[in-house]
Amino acid sequence: MAAAEVLLRLSGVRQSYAGRCVVDVPELQLHQGEFLAILGPSGAGKTTLLRLLNLLEAPHEGALFLSGDRLPGRPLIEHRRRVTTVFQRPKLLSRSVEQNVALGLEMRGISDPARVAMLLDRVGLKDLAKVSALQLSGGEQQRVALARALAIQPEILLLDEATANLDPLNTSIIENLLREEHATQKTTIIFVTHNQFQARRLAESCLLMLEGKVVARSAADHFFSPAADLQVRSFLAGELVIPSASS
Amino acid sequence: MKGSWETIQTAFAEALRLVAGLDPRLLEILEMTLQVSLGALFLATLLGLPIGALCGLEAGPRFRGLIRGLMYTGMGLPPVVVGLAVYLFLSRSGPLADLGWLFTPAAMITAQTFLALPLVMGLTMTAVEAVDPALKPQLVSLGATKGQVARWTLFEARGGVLTAIAAAFGAAISEVGAVMLVGGNIEGQTRVLTTAIVLETRRGEFALAMALGLILVSLTFAINFLLVAFGEGKTLRGRG
Amino acid sequence: MDSRSNRRCLPALIASFLLIILQPTVSASSETEVLRLATTTSTADSGLLDAILGDFETRFHARVDVIAVGTGHALALGRAGDADVLLVHAREREEGFLAAGHATHRSDVMYNDFVLVGPRDDPANTKGSSGILDALARIAKAKAVFASRGDDSGTHSREIKLWALGGMELDKGSSWYHALGQGMGATLTYANERGAYTLTDRGTFLSQIRHLSDLEIQVGGQSILENQDVRLRNSYGVLVVSDAKTGVNSSMAKSFVQWIISPDVQRKIAAFRSINGTQPLFYPVHNQKEPRDELAAPPDDADGLS
Repeated sequence: MAAAEVLLRLSGVRQSYAGRCVVDVPELQLHQGEFLAILGPSGAGKTTLLRLLNLLEAPHEGALFLSGDRLPGRPLIEHRRRVTTVFQRPKLLSRSVEQNVALGLEMRGISDPARVAMLLDRVGLKDLAKVSALQLSGGEQQRVALARALAIQPEILLLDEATANLDPLNTSIIENLLREEHATQKTTIIFVTHNQFQARRLAESCLLMLEGKVVARSAADHFFSPAADLQVRSFLAGELVIPSASS
Repeated sequence: MKGSWETIQTAFAEALRLVAGLDPRLLEILEMTLQVSLGALFLATLLGLPIGALCGLEAGPRFRGLIRGLMYTGMGLPPVVVGLAVYLFLSRSGPLADLGWLFTPAAMITAQTFLALPLVMGLTMTAVEAVDPALKPQLVSLGATKGQVARWTLFEARGGVLTAIAAAFGAAISEVGAVMLVGGNIEGQTRVLTTAIVLETRRGEFALAMALGLILVSLTFAINFLLVAFGEGKTLRGRG
Repeated sequence: MDSRSNRRCLPALIASFLLIILQPTVSASSETEVLRLATTTSTADSGLLDAILGDFETRFHARVDVIAVGTGHALALGRAGDADVLLVHAREREEGFLAAGHATHRSDVMYNDFVLVGPRDDPANTKGSSGILDALARIAKAKAVFASRGDDSGTHSREIKLWALGGMELDKGSSWYHALGQGMGATLTYANERGAYTLTDRGTFLSQIRHLSDLEIQVGGQSILENQDVRLRNSYGVLVVSDAKTGVNSSMAKSFVQWIISPDVQRKIAAFRSINGTQPLFYPVHNQKEPRDELAAPPDDADGLS
């Protein structure tokens, strides 16, 4: 396998709030085309890590590198527009479904109704295009959110427990779309999930976070095999994991 | 009291007569009223909306508390005090004499803009604060510039923003102390409905004053109705 | 999409709006000159100026902006140079104004009279008084309610002077003396509702008489012919604001004075009646037959009070 480009790199990054260190990542590299699942207990810092990756927060210590360029405290809009996040709760505007999907494009000054229609079709919401988005069910709204994220063709797509509140049908629609997107567009996809089965289904590689630190990272096969780290196996088994000195 | 009741009845009849007959002096006053109040509303919205939105979005809690205190004070400013201050600045013996705005509609628009501005800023800020805080990171994540974050947050807050505009308009069109001072209530030049009402009341023409009052209320209602309809229309269509 | 076209619309919208707003301030500077006349509310409300100013505007190709405010306010406007010419009725204050250099000329214009009005049941028995000073003394003695303008207006100044002439010291805290700080119309309305006495110019009282069912003239008679007491004489003066103040239109102000004391206009003043009235509201000061170079002659002692 040829070495893929390092898209995002964290170096010596620490985030602290109210004196507590929430994220402590000496070195993390994310490659172009990765399909990475981030797992870990609640409060492990997964969401904060994702915010850092989406350039929503500047690192309190350390630096971020995007395609090798070190990012300033306030990244330029061109940088920020390469990454987008689908959050756990979809935050749609009080407009029609198709207007919501087109939002990111509208912000970039692009008009592409064909693309919007195509994405709506892919999430199975073609018939609801003109409906007010806030009238949709939770699952439908999340599908709109995903379509919205895909519309802008991000280099890096982040998902923060995006299917946590959804029923199996909506979950599978979204998972299929992610798989398709990764296969055809080679989009780098990084998703946080509590659902290890989902991680197993989708991810090519997995990462375990404990108390703000990355304690394990490997290919998905290895991660879910008996050969994985003790901490990984404990976590997956639902046992209380004691963070070890070695990482 | 019988006399008062008669006055009110006469007032209604007088109002209808003036409007139906397109009384030229009334039309002159109406034109001036709209020019001044809508002009002030326009300027107050132009300045107040972005500032209010910015404060609601960016400012830290303590700064926001200070701004809110200032805005509440601004909303409670007696119009005649603002009028006096504007007069002193625009007077021929004042610093801005060269503008030549005293006793012209420009001075009246200035005074009313100062009065309407805190309302627009404060109520817009409140409306923006009431928007789900999860919207901002979502917009930023989609690649929004600061301006776009403000634009779409304002869009989601448009109900409150409309209230801000309606309140500011109400304040402007019903205001009398400031426009009297800086405008001079000059017939044919700076007379508006409110100052005309003061004049007729002073002259003891209560029925006529009341009639003008009825016309003023109707005018305010008509414009507010248009504002609300405009807002509702946009909401229903779900467009921005 | 929508936002693009909105962005283009907005500057155009702003530009057109500003044009609409600023337009009236531009139009004044075309051919007509503007003369700012500050006068009292009672003078303006009488309707006299509406009746006669058209003549001035036509002859001098001017527009007269009449600003009707309280006497003190009118003088303040003159001091600031925000008015070009003043027409007020507060003789002493006018002379002080002139002496202080705020005006370069002063002329008498016209006069009318003050009357004492009060409730029909006349609790202080002012009807039986020998004159205004006696009437006021009776009001004080009976502690009958008296409504004062309380606003430094010409009427108020006269009222204060009359109390002083009668040797009465007004205890500001007196329960029967109500200083309102309002105009003549509001004061009369209050007096009517409250059953109080008040000093008023005859013109304002007559113009509002149908709203004042409970008031009648107690001292002053039914017309100025019956009111010979010079202490109730109300003289109007016109002041040309000093051109040392920036922006004042002195030349037009001087033309105004010449015009208002000219025989022709003085005749019109004498002939002026209010809508339902039969009495003249104002009496001319100047000889209606011969023209006079007013700006050279000294003013009369029309009040009889100095």
